[in-house]
Amino acid sequence: MKKVDAVVIGAGAGGGVVAKELSTHGLSVVLLERGKWYGPNEDRKDDLRNQRTTILGNNSGPEDEGNPRVVVDLQGHERIVAPSQGEYSNNAACVGGGTLTYGAMAWRYHPLDFRMRSTYGAPEGSTLEDWPIDYDDLEPYYEKAEWEIGVSGDDSNNPFKGPRKKALPMPPLPPTREHTLLRAAAERLKLHPFHIPMLRNSVPYGGRPGCMRCRWCVGFACEVNAKCGTQNTVIPTALASGLCELRTGAMVKEIQFDARGRATGVAYFDGDDRLETQEAELVVVSGAATESARLLLNSRHALFPHGLGNRFDWVGRNLQGHTYTGAVGYFEEDVYDDLGPGAGIAVSDFNHGNPGLKGGAMLANEFIRLPIHMLSYLPPGTPRWGKAHKDAMRKYYRHTICVQGPTQEMPLWESRVQLDPKVKDRWGIPVLRISGDKHPLTLETGRAMAEKAVLWLKEAGAAEIWRKLPGHGTSGGQHQAGTCRMGDDPKTSVANKYGQVHDVENVVVADGSLHVTNGGFNPALTIMANAYRISEHILQTWRGSRFRS
Amino acid sequence: MKNPDRRRFLQTAAAVAAAGSAAGCGGARSRWRFFSLEEGSTLRAMVAWIIPTDQDPGAVEADTMQYIDRQLRGRFAAQAKTYRDGLAAANRLAGGNYAAATAARQQEVLRQLEHDPELHRFFDLLVAHCMQGFYGNPRHGGNRDFVSWRMLGVPVLPARGRDTRDLPKGGRYEKG
Repeated sequence: MKKVDAVVIGAGAGGGVVAKELSTHGLSVVLLERGKWYGPNEDRKDDLRNQRTTILGNNSGPEDEGNPRVVVDLQGHERIVAPSQGEYSNNAACVGGGTLTYGAMAWRYHPLDFRMRSTYGAPEGSTLEDWPIDYDDLEPYYEKAEWEIGVSGDDSNNPFKGPRKKALPMPPLPPTREHTLLRAAAERLKLHPFHIPMLRNSVPYGGRPGCMRCRWCVGFACEVNAKCGTQNTVIPTALASGLCELRTGAMVKEIQFDARGRATGVAYFDGDDRLETQEAELVVVSGAATESARLLLNSRHALFPHGLGNRFDWVGRNLQGHTYTGAVGYFEEDVYDDLGPGAGIAVSDFNHGNPGLKGGAMLANEFIRLPIHMLSYLPPGTPRWGKAHKDAMRKYYRHTICVQGPTQEMPLWESRVQLDPKVKDRWGIPVLRISGDKHPLTLETGRAMAEKAVLWLKEAGAAEIWRKLPGHGTSGGQHQAGTCRMGDDPKTSVANKYGQVHDVENVVVADGSLHVTNGGFNPALTIMANAYRISEHILQTWRGSRFRS
Repeated sequence: MKNPDRRRFLQTAAAVAAAGSAAGCGGARSRWRFFSLEEGSTLRAMVAWIIPTDQDPGAVEADTMQYIDRQLRGRFAAQAKTYRDGLAAANRLAGGNYAAATAARQQEVLRQLEHDPELHRFFDLLVAHCMQGFYGNPRHGGNRDFVSWRMLGVPVLPARGRDTRDLPKGGRYEKG
């Protein structure tokens, strides 16, 4: 294989952006993706087999066969799990990564989300820390992501957001019944409801049509390509540059190094399981928090025998996602109007400034529910079978609204991925072993957020309300983050503020792994924005074989 | 009979014969891929209680049995033994033939299964699979004619959302 300027591992939210930025600025790029490229018409609308409901498997990789992980529960029992099992913490393995099938909320983190340690101190048992960058550092790149990849919505009524220089490029979709009810209630409560920013075309944009408002949204590839992921925006742009080659079915085994510990490229298995080498001046790791950490740990050298970037045992630590909590309300009126994506209204009143709590969450109405989803939304105590269960399905399906939000988690040293000493994948590469729990403060904040959702639903007229409360165990999944924390001190972080691994300057991480904390919001736009920022740093300082210091 | 293959062959032959004669009368033509005829009739009688028929069709009309039957030959293959043992236990607890037992006895057996320290595993699977077959997509064998979606008031044929068009076999569309 011909040596290139940069090899990018993982064609998701982070890697897609980096591949585009580097290739359109004259660098030669090979983009390696272990999964496939699914066109919008290749994803069946199957409610039992998709990214979010995996009863009969998932639709965006990796395959259940040959991709195991080991999960250790709170009692110390371990078991081997497949990607379609929840504990696996799967996101996706395909071109676009999670952005192919996501719900597509396009949040900018709150300015205080970058300053959690300064704002809330150091809670006992947590590795809570500030980011090495501020909201202001990221603001121009948030804007770039919003305009290049495409965001609709209107957050002008959100007084809690960080300063925004430019409005969103697309208007919001018209409100649903849920939205209308919840907006009036929020205003009566003196909250500040607004239209959720979404990486979804509300009108034609970027050469693709607007949303047709079908019910097959979260968990599915958009049939008309109205949902904006990296697979239908930056990656096609990268390929059109003529300088980026995408190779699918490419499973990276390890990063390779010369005698002095400088990265020379990667070894990977191609689609026919042949071991290949791709040499590159620069290696960009964008496999998402679980797989990026795995790759670093599997990339060893005499200078770092415990894995790249792992001199102080930080790689794989602080695995976090979000602790979703909220409430479901029953309304006597019909609140189902069969309009996707369903989620449309949010408040950011409770992200910070909650007395006695450290952090909080954005709260929003939930995405449209298919009948199969309703099974897990019925009130507690509903008989699980028989006529009473059927009656409950009939009573509640068109009459419930769910309000919930992603509680920001207190990172934990013990919540982690590491290499399992025994289990390997079908290529013989050691797999991940996941273990850990949630900090008590995370659970407390989650419960408090559920109460906020209760208040909102009650004001909206819900006749019955039941809570969705937090549970123990690790989180991660679609929102996985934190395992290659960036920071200024090499002793307490894996990468510097530009994503460069402290030990080896020509390996750059660009995905959610870098997040020191994960905000009280969905992370996709932040991953994209940070990838733009990291790319710009590479372009400004890269001198063909070295970074200009 | 010692030889399981021979037993399966005879059951299949009987099923084909039964289906053939039933089809001749315009009756049901359901043919099991996994279950024996006896197991199939036990399963049918059980799911009728899990999602009963009332003013709306229930698990039997939706043919959730077929969903379960198909998946046990595929995705749920690892649960085959749990099903065989569970259905046999249901018959045993019902005095030999669950489907022929009285309604009261059938319900009593379900409650026994539900609370049995071992057999509850089978019952839990049965309930979960029954719900999937009833409320999930008809392409997997259950929810015949979208009966559950009609019941819930979900528009069945989505003018929006491709559900009926699939890729031509081996065909590919352009990416991006």
